[in-house]
Amino acid sequence: MSATSISKESLKAIMQSKETVVSKGAAMADTEKVVIAEVAKTEVAKDVTKKSSALLSNKPSKRKAQIYSVLNVVLPPVFGILLLLAVWTLISHQSPNLPGPLKTWYSAIELFSDPFYVNGPNDQGVGWNILASLQRVALGFGLAALVGIPLGFIIGRFEFMSRMTSPIISLLRPVSPLAWLPIGLLVFKAANPAAIWVIFISAIWPMIINTSVGVSKVPQDYMNVAKVLNLSEWKIVTKILFPFVLPYMMTGVRLSIGVAWLVIVAAEMLTGGVGIGFWVWDEWNNLNVEHIIIAIFVVGIVGLLLEFALTQIAKKFSYE
Amino acid sequence: MEKILSPEIDNIEKTNIDKANADRYVQLENVDMTFSTKKGDFNALKNINLSIKEGEFISIIGHSGCGKSTVLNLIAGLTQPTEGLLFCAGRNIAGPGPERAVVFQNHSLLPWLSCYENVYLAVERVFGSSADESESKAQLKARTEAALELVGLTHATDKRPNEISGGMKQRVGIARALAMEPKVLLLDEPFGALDALTRANLQDELMKIMAKTGCTAVMVTHDVDEAILLSDRVVMMTNGPSAGIGEILDVNLPRPRARLALAEDKDYNHLRSEVLRFLYERHAKKAA
Repeated sequence: MSATSISKESLKAIMQSKETVVSKGAAMADTEKVVIAEVAKTEVAKDVTKKSSALLSNKPSKRKAQIYSVLNVVLPPVFGILLLLAVWTLISHQSPNLPGPLKTWYSAIELFSDPFYVNGPNDQGVGWNILASLQRVALGFGLAALVGIPLGFIIGRFEFMSRMTSPIISLLRPVSPLAWLPIGLLVFKAANPAAIWVIFISAIWPMIINTSVGVSKVPQDYMNVAKVLNLSEWKIVTKILFPFVLPYMMTGVRLSIGVAWLVIVAAEMLTGGVGIGFWVWDEWNNLNVEHIIIAIFVVGIVGLLLEFALTQIAKKFSYE
Repeated sequence: MEKILSPEIDNIEKTNIDKANADRYVQLENVDMTFSTKKGDFNALKNINLSIKEGEFISIIGHSGCGKSTVLNLIAGLTQPTEGLLFCAGRNIAGPGPERAVVFQNHSLLPWLSCYENVYLAVERVFGSSADESESKAQLKARTEAALELVGLTHATDKRPNEISGGMKQRVGIARALAMEPKVLLLDEPFGALDALTRANLQDELMKIMAKTGCTAVMVTHDVDEAILLSDRVVMMTNGPSAGIGEILDVNLPRPRARLALAEDKDYNHLRSEVLRFLYERHAKKAA
């Protein structure tokens, strides 16, 4: 009997001191020790003490776990980047023409201190070059979406269209985007539309294919509902096909923008003018290797941002 | 049956014609169904003849793979028979139509629409888009709300299908079908995917709703109790391939029927054992 009553009292004491622990926060470890000392006096309640001290020591270990989990997220990428920098430094020591990370960094600071200058048509700030490339990609990609998505719907919806277009798509899709550049130059007789044309033709395939695959995967149940309700073709498209296909479509759009951004650098190297691809080529002609490396990072970061933005948009449109 | 015919009609001849039509409200004549598969033709149904009266509740029961659902799809117009003719209210069934509403086994609600919008889609199509007598938006809204109220889902109108339970989804499915004011309600194992308690609950609800609306119904099921509890007649099908109608059992139990009282009812248990005997003795399915 007495054992239980004592243990109850000690429990109360623990509870109270626990509250103070919570309120004091910083003095946590100290109060914990005091509590344990107090409770240890009442020898009968030994196992209760063990359990409660375990409970109390939970708090700091929780914080530790939090720190660990944060480190777990942050550390590996940091290590990865450090490794890249180390390998880069090592190579730059072996080959004296290749600038190391530090040299590139100083050059980048200088470059980005004035990204929007204009010294004639062939010498403009890196900001203008990036914007010019983005504009071409937006145009080519937008046109591709405008044509590709409706086309994907038609191909997915009608078996006849699918079989009609399938040989054309299979034949043209594997062609390297740059092979289309001479055709563009020939037809449009100008470099800029030709570059946009190359973006268009390389970005259109993922959108056609993903949209049509999505349409052809609409569950028969939904189509049966449409049949029983006798829905009009317009209602079928807006109420059933479009919402169902949207995630597939967004995958296509993401793939397309990736391809478009890949292709623009190569296309601009060939067409010239203003643009990140041309800028790379120009800096190669000036033998300014730091700038080429900076351009590689810029292209990578912009591509990453485009991908991230589209993933966020895709999440918004998902109905699940 | 006679209760739905209005007693005021004096003309006996007209009454007889109406009665004849009402007796064969849904009609299947020598229906054969053969599917062409990769392994060759598969004869699913052979020589199906069935007349369903107006206002009648019919259950089709049989082992899985006997073509129960095919019969329902044929009446729905989702599939066309290879041989034979189907009629509904004196008209040849040429394709699916809103006068034959279907409650699908897996509810088939559109996941991106709320419960209200799912029902509204059907209401709008049936009552809002006929050129001559389309109803106003307010009327369509009232119809949708009434249908959801009928199945007791007023509180969940704005929820999406993935936010509600399986039983509630099926209620929405029933509401969607009933909101179309169909001549025939077709139910394809409507409660097959639900747990036993929810199923019993929904069966009782469906019984009340059918009594209220007086709608003709055909239900496919593999649940013997469900078939007898709900139906006026139970159509028992033989095993496929070339499945046919084995027997038709009249269920003459008085309505309204109460689940608990029936459990000890002699007639009910007799009918139950009749169906069980058909399924497990005369037409037992060989172990797969």
